[in-house]
Amino acid sequence: MDSHNRALAALAALALAASPLANAEVKIGLSAPLSGSQAVVGQDQVDGFMLAIEQFGKKLGGQQVTVIKEDDQLKPEIGNQITRKFIDKEKVDAIVGLGFSNVLMASLKPLVESGTVAIATNAGPSLIAGANCAPNVFSMAWQNDGAAESMGKFVQDKGYKRIYLMAPNYQAGKDMLAGFKRYYKGEVVDEVYTQVGQTDYSAELAQLQASKTDAVFAFYPGGMGVNYIRQLSQAGLLNKIPNFSVFTVDGTTMPALRDAAIGTISGAMWDASLDNPENRNFVSAFEVKYNRTPSEYAATAYDAAQVLDVAIRKVNGKTSDKKAFASAVKAAGQEFKSVRGPFQFNINNMPIQNYYAFEVVKDGGKTVTRQIGTPLSKHKDAYLSKCGIK
Amino acid sequence: MAMTLILPQLLNGLQYGVLLFLLAAGLTLVFGIMSFVNLAHGSLYMMGAYFAATAFNLTGSFLLAVLAAVGGCIILGFLIEKLAVSKLYSRDHLDHVLATFGMVLFFNEITRIIWGPQPYFLPVPAFLENTVSLFGINYPAYRFAIIVVGLAVAVGAHLLMHKTRLGMLIRAGSVNPKMVGALGVNIQFLNALLFALGAALAGLAGVMAGPILSIQSGMGEPVLITALVVIVIGGIGSVSGAFYASLIVGIADTMGRAFLPMLLRELMSREVATAAGPALASMLVYVLMAVVLAVRPQGLFPTGRT
Repeated sequence: MDSHNRALAALAALALAASPLANAEVKIGLSAPLSGSQAVVGQDQVDGFMLAIEQFGKKLGGQQVTVIKEDDQLKPEIGNQITRKFIDKEKVDAIVGLGFSNVLMASLKPLVESGTVAIATNAGPSLIAGANCAPNVFSMAWQNDGAAESMGKFVQDKGYKRIYLMAPNYQAGKDMLAGFKRYYKGEVVDEVYTQVGQTDYSAELAQLQASKTDAVFAFYPGGMGVNYIRQLSQAGLLNKIPNFSVFTVDGTTMPALRDAAIGTISGAMWDASLDNPENRNFVSAFEVKYNRTPSEYAATAYDAAQVLDVAIRKVNGKTSDKKAFASAVKAAGQEFKSVRGPFQFNINNMPIQNYYAFEVVKDGGKTVTRQIGTPLSKHKDAYLSKCGIK
Repeated sequence: MAMTLILPQLLNGLQYGVLLFLLAAGLTLVFGIMSFVNLAHGSLYMMGAYFAATAFNLTGSFLLAVLAAVGGCIILGFLIEKLAVSKLYSRDHLDHVLATFGMVLFFNEITRIIWGPQPYFLPVPAFLENTVSLFGINYPAYRFAIIVVGLAVAVGAHLLMHKTRLGMLIRAGSVNPKMVGALGVNIQFLNALLFALGAALAGLAGVMAGPILSIQSGMGEPVLITALVVIVIGGIGSVSGAFYASLIVGIADTMGRAFLPMLLRELMSREVATAAGPALASMLVYVLMAVVLAVRPQGLFPTGRT
């Protein structure tokens, strides 16, 4: 570098230091499950987030941005280590992703202590919505029960008198069925819990067939959902017993389900087929760049980048005042245009958003989803009253 | 209880059992005859499913998918035997476990790199898409086909073991491998052949399971563990033992899942039963194994080895 350039560089550095944009670079820590059985979820989160950054010209809120990616391996202790590393060593301005509910819960203590803005794109456990809510911890995804509550409402509204419930035998499975029952008032024929990671559902499906139920509601994320839906379809039950589900038929499982999913109805706050200008742009840009259809996990990460963009602009890039930055994120929640339609953060930093019903249909030789209703509009979660934030 | 409830569950158990048998047969042969612990057997099953799905997506033919799975796994089996396993026969079991566990991690990552993290797709062949009527119940035709194929393989394995020279050598090898070697049989080739045969059966199991299950990285491990339970119950090294034990485990597991929660509900409150039923049902096959180990440590149907 010659002396002329050096002088220029020094001048530029001075100018930057003097300007209100002291924090010339924004650092984001992005953690997600990038290996193991749920790697597809993590990959969608990374791709959705990076797509938005690219569209902003590698900037957020007009600031140059560095994204540090980490793999939480779906393990709470690894998630906790990553969060501590982001906060103590990397000194990031915001943490995005934060994995599944159990991984997020393990990171909660360092997040609350540091006050660093944290935007969960895959979880909204009841504890964080309620008693353990914190001003700097947001969910860009959902309060965990939301989708199940919307299906409970939908099935109730459609007038099904008897329902059969199925879920894996762990906390999220129990939460989903509890959420469903919060809005469904008919008779529950049976409530079946299966092993986590179970691959064969023949025994349970034979019971289902014998139960003479009006409809079935299930929660089977990832590979379990592929197995459950395909086996239901092969047993000829899909066209006999209406099937409602959440996190079972979605962007991550559709490539493996295809025609087997036709006729199933899902509750979700977003789907690739949702018709609004932001979403059409997002889905087509994602498909062009990655050559596949995005899932809801990509959408939440994409939205997280949109919120950060607005929030960083609001504080003029001065993310060092963590309290002010957290309030800016909260305010940005109702200003940015979400791909899912109406959105804002509730007092407990959980989303207030619509939940839609989507049906898988055959349209001109292609298997597509189509919106058939909005069972819950601008829905608020049930745990708000337990949250101490005013 | 109504027959219409028990019969489908029996068929489900049978279908699960024969699928387990395809895996357990190869595992028990390799373990019993070469005294080699092969944890990577589940990976061969997974690779079989991936080979089949890839061949199907390229050609659209289910028959070619089956050929790709079986052929691919035979080649892979030969390669693994030649490159790694044959070097380890003289070591002890802990080294086998370490090396093949390494292979499990390797194959899980390689499938993720080649095929990506999302589940892969293999459809039910069109002519088996519907259901068949049996004694007044409807049963998925494809699952019925699995039972038929599994039983055919069992009969074939029985004929191979008891009616052919190769089978005689295998049985002899399982009782006294040193003597068979001393009699001038090329024991190295026999080992490689056996390993590849086991791989072929694992590949067949993979392609049969493909249309029912989601094909994804790591799909081999749960079924491998159950297959290990099967060979412990059946007696290590015994193919007929593996067959009977597969059916016992398959039917016990299915019946447990179907009827144990119901049974518990008669005995205790609904809420406790809902929580305890699935947990107990998933323990059932392991309890069965523990009982067999306590009462007959050599397994229910052991070979003649002393």
